[in-house]
Amino acid sequence: MKAARYLACVVVLIVCGLSLAANWLAPAGYAKQFREVPDSPPSRAHLLGTDELGRDRFARTLYGTRISLLLAPAAALVSTALAALIGGIAGYLGGMWLKMARAFTDLFLSLPWLFLLITVRALLPLNVSPLVSVLITFLVLGLLGWAASARVLSTSADALRSSDFVLQARASGLDGPRLFLVHVLPNLKPILYAQFWISIPVFILSEANLGVLGLGVAEPLPSWGSLLRELEGLISFREEPWRLVPLLLLIVVMTSFQLLLSNEEVTA
Amino acid sequence: MTGHPLSFRKRGRLSFRAKRGISFILALSCLLTLAAVAQNSSQLRFCLRTEPKTFDPLLVDDESSLAIRYLTGGVLTRVDRHTQELTPELAESWKVTPDGKQINFKLRHDVHFSDGTAFSADDVAFTMKRLMDPTLHSPVGDEFRAAGNAVITKVIAPDQVSITFPGPIVGIDRIFDELVIVSAHSLKKEAAVLGPFMVAEYKAGSSVLLERNPNYWKKDSQGRRLPYLDSIHLDIQSNRDVEMLRFKRGELDLINVIDTDYFDRLASSSPQLVHDAGPSLDSDFLWFNQVAAASIPEYKRAWFRSANFRRAVSEALNREDIARIVYNGHAQPAVGPVSPANRFWFNSTLKPEPHNPQASLDRLKADGFHMQNGTLVDKSGNPVEFSIVTNAGSKPRERMGVLIQEDLGKIGMKVNLVTLDFPSLIERISQKFNYEAALLGFHNVSLDPTDQMNIWMSSAENHAWNPQQKSPETAWEAEIDKLMRAQAETSDAKKRKQSFDRVQEIVYEQAPFIYLVNLNALSAVSTSVAGANPGILFPQTFWNAERLTLTGTATAKR
Repeated sequence: MKAARYLACVVVLIVCGLSLAANWLAPAGYAKQFREVPDSPPSRAHLLGTDELGRDRFARTLYGTRISLLLAPAAALVSTALAALIGGIAGYLGGMWLKMARAFTDLFLSLPWLFLLITVRALLPLNVSPLVSVLITFLVLGLLGWAASARVLSTSADALRSSDFVLQARASGLDGPRLFLVHVLPNLKPILYAQFWISIPVFILSEANLGVLGLGVAEPLPSWGSLLRELEGLISFREEPWRLVPLLLLIVVMTSFQLLLSNEEVTA
Repeated sequence: MTGHPLSFRKRGRLSFRAKRGISFILALSCLLTLAAVAQNSSQLRFCLRTEPKTFDPLLVDDESSLAIRYLTGGVLTRVDRHTQELTPELAESWKVTPDGKQINFKLRHDVHFSDGTAFSADDVAFTMKRLMDPTLHSPVGDEFRAAGNAVITKVIAPDQVSITFPGPIVGIDRIFDELVIVSAHSLKKEAAVLGPFMVAEYKAGSSVLLERNPNYWKKDSQGRRLPYLDSIHLDIQSNRDVEMLRFKRGELDLINVIDTDYFDRLASSSPQLVHDAGPSLDSDFLWFNQVAAASIPEYKRAWFRSANFRRAVSEALNREDIARIVYNGHAQPAVGPVSPANRFWFNSTLKPEPHNPQASLDRLKADGFHMQNGTLVDKSGNPVEFSIVTNAGSKPRERMGVLIQEDLGKIGMKVNLVTLDFPSLIERISQKFNYEAALLGFHNVSLDPTDQMNIWMSSAENHAWNPQQKSPETAWEAEIDKLMRAQAETSDAKKRKQSFDRVQEIVYEQAPFIYLVNLNALSAVSTSVAGANPGILFPQTFWNAERLTLTGTATAKR
C-alpha cells in the first residue's frame, strides 16, 4: 500500500509538473490552428495528433490539465467548505436546526438546476474573456455542489453529537464553537476528504456538460471537460486510441488522488 | 374378410399419424407461404427525427408532418425536386391570368381518394374554403393570404376550377405544391388521401406506418399502378447515433439528412451508401447588431453600422477553410442570400468574398481603424473587441466560431465566442437585442424570393440586424424594400429576376449578413433501394417515393 501511495504521489507530481511546463513542452500553444492538418493522427510534430480544428492535442491536454487540476479542486474546496458549514453545524446543533438544514438541503437538491443555470448564464455579461468564463464556471459549480455532501455530513455530525466522547466533553464543561472545532470537526475530517475527492471528477464532468448550456470553459481555452466532449460520437476507439488520452489521464489522476488518501479517509 | 383387430387398430393409428403429419405439413406450408408473401411485401423503413405534430395536411408546420404530408397528400402542381420545374399532378393543366390574380385549373379524370371517393373540383373548393378559414390558423394558408383573405374559388365544371385572389400573387402556380387536396365528401375526412401512401397505423412516440394507396392515380410506363412499395415504416427516433447504427445493421433503408461527421464515417466504410448532392439551399452566416435601441456602447454600434467594417470582417474570413475544416469539404463558400443550388434565382455574377486580410485592413483604415501593439483600435482608441453568440450544442457552429475567432485575431480583432441555449439566444437576438454579433443559419425550403420578404423588408421581424424599422434607416435598406416589393408585385419572371439580382448585389456590398458557407445536401441510402436519386430539396431521398423499389435481399432480411 505504501508503494502504491508512493507511485500515486509520483504520478500526481509528474502530471502537475508536465502541466506547469506546458509553455516549454508545447510552445505552439493550445489555440494555434494548424489548418492544413486537422484531425491528424500522432506525429513528431503533434504527439497526440490534432483536433478537428488542427490544434495540437498534446498542448491542449497539458493546458487543459493545468486548468482542471487547479480549478476543479478549488471548486470542490468551496463546495466541501459550504457542506461542512451547513451540514456539520446543523448536525452538531441537532433538533430544529438539523430539520431545517435537511429541509433546505432537500429543497436545494430538488431544484431544477438546468433551468437555474440557464438563468445564471443569461445574467452574465457576454464579453468576458475565456479565463474569466472558466473561473465563473467553476465558482458556480462550487457554490451549487454542496447539498449532497451537506446531507452526508449532517447525518455524521448528528451521530457524533450523541457519541460518548462528545457527552464527556460536554460534561467537562466544553460547549459551543470550541466543542465543534475541537471534537466534532476533526472527526468529520475523513468524510470531508472523501466528499472533496469525490467532487473533483464530478465537477470536471459537470463542466463538460455545462458547455452544452454555454456555461463551460469558453473557446479556445481547453479543460479536461472540453477535451472529454471531443469523445462525443466516437464509435471506434481502436481506430483513434490517442483520443482517449484525456480520459485516461482523468482516471489515472483521480485514482492517484484516491490512493494518496489514507485507508481511514477512503473508507469514511 | 376382416383383418386382425390388432392390425386394424394399428392401421387406424397409422392413419391418424398420417393425418396429423399432413395437417402439420399443410400448416407449415401455409406459414411458409405467408412468410414468403410477407417477405415479398416491400416495406421501406426510415426515421423521423421528431414526433409528427399533426396528420392534418393543412396544419403542417414541422418536418416530420411535412414528410408524411409529402408521402400521403395529392397536390394540384408539384415542384419537381430534381429539375426544380413545376409539373402537373392532379391538375392536368393550368393558366394564370396576366394580372397574376387568378389561376384556372383543369383537373384529371378518374382520380379517386384512397377510400374510393371520386376526386372533383368540389374537393379543391372545399380545401380552399377550409384553408382560408381564419379559425383553422393554417400555416400553409399564409402564402395564400398574402394579398388578403377574400379568395374566391369557383367550380366551373367537375374538372375545372378557378381561384381568384384579391391581389396579384407571385409564383401563384408554385404555391399549390404546398396545398394538399382534402376530400369534400369522404367520411374519413383528412384520412382519405390522393397521394401514393396512406396512414395505416400511428403509435405515439414509436412509429407511423404508411400503406400503399390502392387508388393512387399514377401509373408507370408499363401501365402498372404506382407506388411500387407496399408500405413505409417511419420510426420516430431522435437519437442520430441510434439511427446510424440501425442503418448500418440494415434495419433502415435511408437517412434523409445526415451530418458531415456521420457521412464521412459511413463513407470510409461503405462509400456506396452515401450521397453528396452538392450545395443545398441552407446557409450559415454572421451578422452584427445594428439596432438603435440595443444596449451596446455607441462606438461599437458605429462599427457595426459601418459597411466598411462589415465588409472588412467578411474579407478577413477564410470561407474555404470553414467549408473544408468544419464541414469536411461538404460545404461551399457562400455568396449571398441565394444558394447556387437555386438555379433560377441565384445571381451568378457574384462570387464568394475572397479571403484577404490585407484588403480587410486597408478597408478598416478608411474608417480610421489602426493597429496598436497588435490590437486593432478605432479612431477614438477603443480596442476592437466583441462577442459572437451562437447556439450551444451545435458542433459545426462552435467550430466555425473558433475559426472566425482566429481569422479576426489575425487582423487584431478580439472575439469572445459565447454559446447559449437556443431559447436564450432567440430572446437575445429577437426581443432584447442584447448581443453584439450572432452566428446562425438559414434552413431554406422555398426557392422563391417572395418567401424571403420576412427577412429583407426593413419592417420585418426577421430583418435580424435591425428589425421592425418604422421606415428604412439607411438608403440601401430603402432600396431593398423597393426592389422586394417590385419583385412581389409582378408576375413577369424576367423583371422579378432583375429586381432580386440587384437585392443580392446590395446584400453583397453592404454585408448586413456575412454569408459563410452553403451546406451540401448529404444523405445515405441503402443499396437495396432502387430508383433513389437524392437531391437538394426536401424530401431529399424520398421525393420520388412512388417509384422506389426494394431488392429481394432487403425484404428477406426483415
